[in-house]
Formats: sequence, C-alpha cells, structure tokens
Amino acid sequence: MSEKILKEIIVKVWRQKNASDKGRFETFTVNNISTDTSFLEMLDILNYQLVEEGKSPIVFDHDCREGICGTCSLFINGRAHGPDDDITTCQLHMRKFKEGETITVEPFRAASFPVIKDLMVDRSAFEKILHAGGFVSVNTGGVPDGNAIPIGYDDAEAAMDAASCIGCGACVATCKNSSAMLFVSAKVSHLARLPQGKVEAARRARAMVSKMDELGFGNCSNTGACEVECPKGISIANIATLNREYLKAKIAE
Amino acid sequence: MSSFVNSSIGKKFFMSITGFFLMMFLVVHLSINLLLLFDDSGNLFNQGAHFMATNPLIKIVEPLLALGFVLHILYATYLTLKNQKARPVNYKKADLSKSSSWASRNMFVLGTLILIFLVIHIINFYWQLKVSHTVPGVMVDGVEMENAYGLVAGLFKASLIYCLIYITGAVFLGIHLTHGFWSAFQTIGWNNDIWRKRIEFVGKVFAILIAVGFSIIPLYFLIKF
Ligand code: HEM
Ligand code: SF4
Ligand code: FES
Repeated sequence: MSEKILKEIIVKVWRQKNASDKGRFETFTVNNISTDTSFLEMLDILNYQLVEEGKSPIVFDHDCREGICGTCSLFINGRAHGPDDDITTCQLHMRKFKEGETITVEPFRAASFPVIKDLMVDRSAFEKILHAGGFVSVNTGGVPDGNAIPIGYDDAEAAMDAASCIGCGACVATCKNSSAMLFVSAKVSHLARLPQGKVEAARRARAMVSKMDELGFGNCSNTGACEVECPKGISIANIATLNREYLKAKIAE
Repeated sequence: MSSFVNSSIGKKFFMSITGFFLMMFLVVHLSINLLLLFDDSGNLFNQGAHFMATNPLIKIVEPLLALGFVLHILYATYLTLKNQKARPVNYKKADLSKSSSWASRNMFVLGTLILIFLVIHIINFYWQLKVSHTVPGVMVDGVEMENAYGLVAGLFKASLIYCLIYITGAVFLGIHLTHGFWSAFQTIGWNNDIWRKRIEFVGKVFAILIAVGFSIIPLYFLIKF
C-alpha cells in the first residue's frame, strides 16, 4: 500500500478531568498526516500541537505499541480498538481513515472501568479478578521437566489460544452489558486445560466468577461482540467452557 | 446453592433452562394448532384440544409452564436492569452492528413484545376456554367438548387485525429464537467451536419453523375464508 497524505482530518476526542467530571467532546483539526502513521502517533502529533498552543495534552494509555501488552485502549468510531479487525489500537494505522473524515474517540466505558483522565481508564478490576483465582499455586521444590508432563495436542492448542488474551478490556468495552466473561473465560479455560491448572479448576472458576460479579461487570447475553472486537481473536467457545466449569464447580460444592 | 442463584452464570442458567422448556412447549403447542389446517369441520382440532385439556400429564405441566414463563420474565427483567447499570455512561457513538446481531442485542424488547402478544392471546382463547367458560360445546364422535375450533376460526375469519397481530407475534417469537436457541446451549456450556455453527444453523431453522408455523394458521383462515 503506497503512502498518501491526509491533508485534513477532524478528531473529536472525549475530555474528562477525572472520574467525577461529567466530560465532554473537544474537536481538533490535524493536518498532513501520512497514511503510514499509526493512530497513536497521530494522537502524539496532535498532543505536540496542543502543548505548543499551551493547552493540556490528551491523556491516553499505551506502552509496548506492538500489540502485545494490552495497555492501549480507545473506542474509535464506535468500535473497541477501532475499525480494523484482530488488532489493538496501537496497531491501527491512518490508512483505515479517509481524507476529511471526523474520527470520534471515546474511552472504554464501563462502571467497572472508571475514567482516570480523558481516554485513560482504570482497568485494575481485571487484576482483582486475576488475584482471586487466575493463577496456578506453585509450591516449593525442584522444577519438574516440562516434557515430563504429558498434554494432548488439542488441549495444548486450545490452552495456548486462550492464553493469548492480553487483558486489554476490549471485550468489556464492546459488550452491551459490559460483561467480563470473555476475559474470565480465557483465563479459566486456559488453566483448566492444563494438568498444572486442573487441580484448582473448581476453586478458580468459583472465585473468579464471584469476583467478576462483585466488581459490577454485567451478565453475558452471548451476543458474540467481544470475540469480534478482541484483538487476539479469543473465541466465545471459551465462555461455554467457563459456564461448564462453573456449573461443575457449583455441583461439586 | 444460594451463591449459585445469585451469580451471573446461575441466573443465566435459569434463563436457559426456562428457555428450553418454553421452546418445547412451543413445539407441542404448534403441533396441536396445525390440526386446525387439516379439517375444516373442526372435529380434528377439537379432539386434539380436548385431549390436551383432559390429559393428566398436561394438568401437571400447565402450572410448570406458567412458572417457566414467570421465572423467564423475572430473570430477564433483573438481568437487563443489571446489565444497564454496568454501563452508566453510554458511548456517544457506538457501532455494534458490525459485531453482533440485532436480535441478540434486543432480547428484552423482543421479549416484551412477546409478552404483550401473550396477554392478548390469553384473553382471546385461554380465558374463554378455561376461566370464563363462555365457549359453546359440540359433540364429536359422541363426546361432548368445547368448540375450540369455532373460537379460533371465528376470530381469524372475522378480523384482519387479529390475523395481523398473531402473525406479528409469531415473527417476534421467531426473531427472539434466532438468538435464543443457540444462546441457551451456550449458557449451559453445551458448545464448542465445531458445534457452534451447527447449533446456530439448527436454531435459525427452528426459529423460521416456529415463525412460519404459527403464521400459517391465521394466513390460512385469511386466504381461504
Ligand atoms: C414462548 C416464549 C419464549 C421463548 C420460547 C423464549 C426463549 C428464550 C431462550 C431460549 C433464550 C436464551 C436463553 C439464554 O440466553 O441462555 C431467551 C432469552 C431471553 N428471553 Fe426469552 N423466550 C420467550 C419469552 C420471553 C418473554 C415473554 C420475555 C420477556 C421479557 C423474554 C425475555 C428474554 C430475554 C431478555 C432474554 C435474554 C437474556 C440475556 O441473555 O440477557 N423472553 N428466551
Ligand atoms: S479476551 Fe480479548 S478483548 Fe478481552 S481482555 Fe483478553 S485480549 Fe482483550
Ligand atoms: S500499547 Fe501494548 S498492546 Fe497496544
């Protein structure tokens, strides 16, 4: 794809001082942006512009900028991580936008993800869910040889697929119910498939689901929007697995 | 047990089980109703309706069915309110049509429309047959029974509006099930990447059969009489 220059784009950004501020849109014009620029670089350019004008720059989350850390967020033109499929916002490029287009940028919105400032939201609710059970307890002793633990091919593949969740929160952001089921199901079904994780599967399912409910995430209506917007293509088949694991755990209780 | 009932997955579990139960009811209900089409004297349908009304099994299932409806509706309302609370500030611009079906996002709207239809439906038929007993009797093969056929056929022959209401009700139900059928399997954990497509396909076929099946009845009376 050859590079083009977008002479002018309009960026309509959500500004909000803190969690209790009501917030509002501010509209900016950005000129001469290469289509090879990434979306976040475009925001960087806009921020330089704002700093030069003596205005406060737009606050947004980012870290690796290579699609692996899960820090970037943003709801762009009505979609989590923007208009491209299977990518994070940091992997989105300006070639996905047209000359003169108005681009609407909002934070991920959910009661459990309160806004810190502008486009930055607090996703520590996910950490709390992980602390509740998204781990394998490791006792002291020597490290066993990885190859000595037999794992079937299908289970290994499914576990790896689920493990690719980067905890970005796009599933919550896009879900009409702000449900965290895709995230939780990825963790639960990843660990339940492996011998190390199976031991604590029942306790994990119970603890993570109860923490998820307690933190105010919505219920799952199986709309499937999460898997479409998930940058890692986590399948909602994992949610069926979670439902199964949870029912099993509750029957065994 | 109480933590299961209070959990998000537990509540969805009851939606799913009651949903399955209601879908089974629809199959039985439609099978009997289709008898309306095969005998214009009405004897066949009257016998079917009489059999259902006097069958002891049905006597047991009937209160269960009412309970199923009540639970389904109560949980639907609770979950929908809870889900709205999970996003107090809405997006100003959201494009969910790229990632999910309209039916899946509007189950409560569809359910409410079905409920309105259900009330009309109960007033039209169930009330007169079972509560006010205002339906005249007929003799079929020497057995005295209520002329349910006369009641149904009479309504559809006399009123275009009621025909349209019943067709609309059937269509809303069908749309509810284009999502509901497969969703119920997913909720009880009976799904994986391979079965997903199959269950969704069967669900779409089931939804169409229900919508068309129930619509055919008023259409039949509308066109033939
Ligand atoms: C004969 C009538 C009905 C049938 C066969 C039926 C069937 C179903 C089924 C199979 C599901 C999927 C359950 C799941 O996702 O696990 C469902 C979901 C739902 N139904 Fe019904 N339903 C009926 C009437 C109603 C009524 C009267 C309402 C009233 C409000 C309603 C509201 C809902 C809602 C809101 C959901 C989605 C719940 C969620 O996932 O958030 N339904 N229905
Ligand atoms: S499941 Fe996908 S969308 Fe949800 S947190 Fe993980 S990577 Fe992000
Ligand atoms: S900044 Fe790390 S995934 Fe986007």
